[in-house]
Amino acid sequence: MTTFRNLVSSSSLNSVRDSGSKTIESMKKLKSDPSKPPRYSAAGLFVKGAKGDTWPRVWREVDLKKSYDVVIVGGGVHGLATAYYLATNHGITNVAVLDKAYLGSGGSGRNTAIVRSNYLTPEGVAFYDRSLTLYNTMSTDLNLNVMFSERGHMTLAHTDSALRTMRWRAEVNKLQNINSSVIDPQEVKKLAPSLDVSPNTRYPIQGALYHPPGGTIRHDAVVWGYARGADHRGVEMHQQTEVLDIMVEGGDGPDGKGRGGRVTGVRTNRGDISAPIVVNCTAGWATLISDMAGVKLPINTHPLQAAVTEPVKVFLPTVVVSGSLHVYVSQTDRGELVFGASVDPFATYSMKGSLEFTEELAGHVLELMPNIGRMRLLRQWAGLCDMTPDYSPVMGFTPVDGFLCDVGWGTYGFKAGPVSGEQMAEAIATQSVPKLIEPFKLSRFEDGNLVGEKGAAAVGH
Amino acid sequence: MMLVPCPNCGPRNASDLRYVGESHSRPNPNEVTPQEWRTYLYMQDNPAGLLKETWYCRSGCRQYFTALRNTSTNEFTNHPLPGNKTGAVDPSFHYVSESKSDTNDGASS
Repeated sequence: MTTFRNLVSSSSLNSVRDSGSKTIESMKKLKSDPSKPPRYSAAGLFVKGAKGDTWPRVWREVDLKKSYDVVIVGGGVHGLATAYYLATNHGITNVAVLDKAYLGSGGSGRNTAIVRSNYLTPEGVAFYDRSLTLYNTMSTDLNLNVMFSERGHMTLAHTDSALRTMRWRAEVNKLQNINSSVIDPQEVKKLAPSLDVSPNTRYPIQGALYHPPGGTIRHDAVVWGYARGADHRGVEMHQQTEVLDIMVEGGDGPDGKGRGGRVTGVRTNRGDISAPIVVNCTAGWATLISDMAGVKLPINTHPLQAAVTEPVKVFLPTVVVSGSLHVYVSQTDRGELVFGASVDPFATYSMKGSLEFTEELAGHVLELMPNIGRMRLLRQWAGLCDMTPDYSPVMGFTPVDGFLCDVGWGTYGFKAGPVSGEQMAEAIATQSVPKLIEPFKLSRFEDGNLVGEKGAAAVGH
Repeated sequence: MMLVPCPNCGPRNASDLRYVGESHSRPNPNEVTPQEWRTYLYMQDNPAGLLKETWYCRSGCRQYFTALRNTSTNEFTNHPLPGNKTGAVDPSFHYVSESKSDTNDGASS
């Protein structure tokens, strides 16, 4: 136990004593559960406000050690979830999470925060359903409100063939007990009255795949929650720590890197670290990190742009996705509409926004909802997506011993964060590939066993 | 978005063209092993820096050409040549690839 942790738990206990209420007394058990980080409570907020106390750091800032059992490169949802589950499920706490900027500065803080599990392949469905289960209980698991809003998810079909794919997806989903069904335009109108379902549009809405368990979640809270939970177990988070090289020996490439090699550590801008296991969770920058270990990946980096409008009264109760119109939209609790589209059509590491994107997006959104023509955009941004040829991730072991990858998540990494962390932690702890991520191994590209998810993942969020 | 210097049409908006991808030399289909062929099909260099790539001028001259672009800044560093010729590319240019020759770009053949 560090002094920080004592400080936090004793202060939260004090706030309980001060309030003296019976209901809060009963919550004391929850609060003093040593396996979880302390809860934030209204009583605690009141007491701290009255006393004028400062809030303690949510995670510690400590010096970089010379060696760790596991080094995780990339401090986003995937990296932090891996660290968290390593510590909670497997008791491996001598772990460092390195990020070259700040935690959640990449895709974890740039996505549109939509979660769902209505994928096309049985492998994909099983995987994302587990993720949704973990998201469902996350607030209690992490003792932090991640604002999960299970508001339903609707994928619109504008053509006969799209409708056919929806039926296919609905059947695959039903077989695996996922709540998912095809609905007609009248039902679409009932669920989202602002949508234009008339037959007079260019791409009339012919139906939709409705997936009630889908919804949105506050992505920053997920990052902070995992960081806080991992920190509570002794994992170290190091921000502003860039990995410059990965030390490998015994491989067939230059400097002993590449196939057959064994990882010995990483070189960072804050000094060398020795570690037998290095995990790559760097999304858009995945190939740059893998190259350092001599591992080639089937990944291209494309930017994905998103935009948000000014806040208005809540009028859109579900998440609406249209693959044909290349747009997905949801309304936040604050009232802003959050839009996303498909990735930019060429590979780049530049995160500049473009007018083409805004223009196209506005046009498509107005086709769906003609009545929001006077709404103004607040801002737009971009995040980097690591696209694979089959729109499925690359997870697990690589030809370099001790170097693991959890990359290739493309445009759908956020919704898979918890389950990826859980499965990667299991892979690291047991040194074997869990069944759920077996189909996503890197060697599938050598063997030709691709997992085609383009039908359900290319635009649909 | 960005201007792509087409050798025939001059600078055009990237949305006028189709991005074909990284220029890799295609192995001889009669001689390669399935593994080598799949490596050619799927594996990417994806550098954050200079990248030799193929574009198709979709709504202009409808020709393929090779260009050199910095993927961090999106600046094109040479004037591309039409077809699969790569003559405009500086031979001393550091290209991270295992390919041996650049005379047979798969994308344009």
